[in-house]
Amino acid sequence: MDLFDILGPIMVGPSSSHTAGAARIGNMARTLLGTQPRRAAIHLHGSFAETGLGHGTDLAIIGGLLGMKPDDLRIPFALEEAEKEGLEYTLDAVDLRDAHPNTALIELWGDGDAHLEVQACSIGGGAIEVHMLDGIEVFFTGDHNTLVIRNQDEFGTLAAVTTILNQLHINVGNMSVHRDRRGGDALMVLETDQHLKPSQVQFLRELPGVISITYFDKEVETYGT
Amino acid sequence: MALDSIREILDEAHASGTSFWEVVLQADMEERQVTREASMAKMLTTWMAMQEAADAYTGTRKSVSGLVGGDGMKMRQYNFRGEALSGGYVSEVIAEALSMAESNACMRRIVACPTAGACGVMPAVMLPLVKNYDIKQRQILEALYVASGVGIVIAKKACIAGASGGCQAEIGTASGMAAAALVKLRGGSDETAAHAVAMALANLMGLVCDPIAGLVEVPCVKRNVIGAVNAVSAADMAMAGIESFVPVDEVIEAMGEVGRHMPVEYRETALGGLANTPTGRAVKDSMRRL
Repeated sequence: MDLFDILGPIMVGPSSSHTAGAARIGNMARTLLGTQPRRAAIHLHGSFAETGLGHGTDLAIIGGLLGMKPDDLRIPFALEEAEKEGLEYTLDAVDLRDAHPNTALIELWGDGDAHLEVQACSIGGGAIEVHMLDGIEVFFTGDHNTLVIRNQDEFGTLAAVTTILNQLHINVGNMSVHRDRRGGDALMVLETDQHLKPSQVQFLRELPGVISITYFDKEVETYGT
Repeated sequence: MALDSIREILDEAHASGTSFWEVVLQADMEERQVTREASMAKMLTTWMAMQEAADAYTGTRKSVSGLVGGDGMKMRQYNFRGEALSGGYVSEVIAEALSMAESNACMRRIVACPTAGACGVMPAVMLPLVKNYDIKQRQILEALYVASGVGIVIAKKACIAGASGGCQAEIGTASGMAAAALVKLRGGSDETAAHAVAMALANLMGLVCDPIAGLVEVPCVKRNVIGAVNAVSAADMAMAGIESFVPVDEVIEAMGEVGRHMPVEYRETALGGLANTPTGRAVKDSMRRL
């Protein structure tokens, strides 16, 4: 926690968990999809389902899917914006066992065959945690630059990725690997201290064994810039 | 240094021959690895966001649920007619607290301080003072560092979320921060500010978080008023030389203890207090949900 978690965030109300955090979840989902979302199925769990409509959680998530940051004044009008930008959405309640009370499960479809299923929760003060990606359990927060790499579960890919990051002088702060079964698809999540350039992400994307990569650049504050 | 207690910050300020706000600034530079200029620029941005939020209030919006909106304007008009019992600065504080908290409920842009639900307290005490007195931007920034240093310590030693420790943790913390900022703006010493924090927190201890239908509206908007006015009285007492009998860090720990022992019904669950009145339950039953 830093000073500006106390005096901040600068956000559209009314709730840091149900509104600001929800916008960040939407934004994270959009980034992880890697393309403009065209259709979204948004499932809300627990307190998100119970009090979400009163807190504008629906508006914040949809706003986030459209690329709005938590301080974006268009959040209250996110439904109109969705219509303008051609984003279809459905919204319903879901019971996810053992999930944090402020959890959203979002299915997203983008251009072509882009598809993503992400489960994330809003833990208070606008902070979020991503818990599930395409059915694979993960854990990251978006507080760092984050590379999410889908790869074939075989030896060498992990070493190749970290070697290249080393050569680019990019320090990995946290790293985790996840898979649903041996030899299937696996997920690597790397949180880096430095920002990656699009060309660097593209270079990693072309490594053998890598199926796809999405890169979440640590949220830059929009207010006042 | 880590901002672990008010006493440690005061001691560090004394030892280094600086002051409370400078120690907090240094801690931020260290924590976020930024320059002095970058830290102060961000603080200024935060202050400007508070001012903009206040300027954007029109009193015409209603919250999504329709429970709140327009009271800040009513208070302003009442003040303008010269009828307010409190009068002058305090009546402006009341109007500003209502306005900012309503802006939050109505999905306008605010600065959470320390939470969105308590966002009205700090600007409510600071904006009318800055408007009516000759206060330099530097003093404002210093006051904001003092306040956020206080907030960090409370977050570490106790809690700042209604779900963790009730309203005393949200409005109470905001009130303590605001009291410290006021003392700083009025030229009081850091020790005086510490007494103001202690008295502000002590006087709101035990306040429960009982939002109707779980929304940040009733009673949250009006609770911003008690947080703000309480900060003013705590700051005035401290500036008069009145001291808190219990040292500030012990008061903070006591607040944390009360929060931990608070039944779950009174920690933002909307199961007790005003939320559990026939009126509160009726609102919940009529609310749109998924």
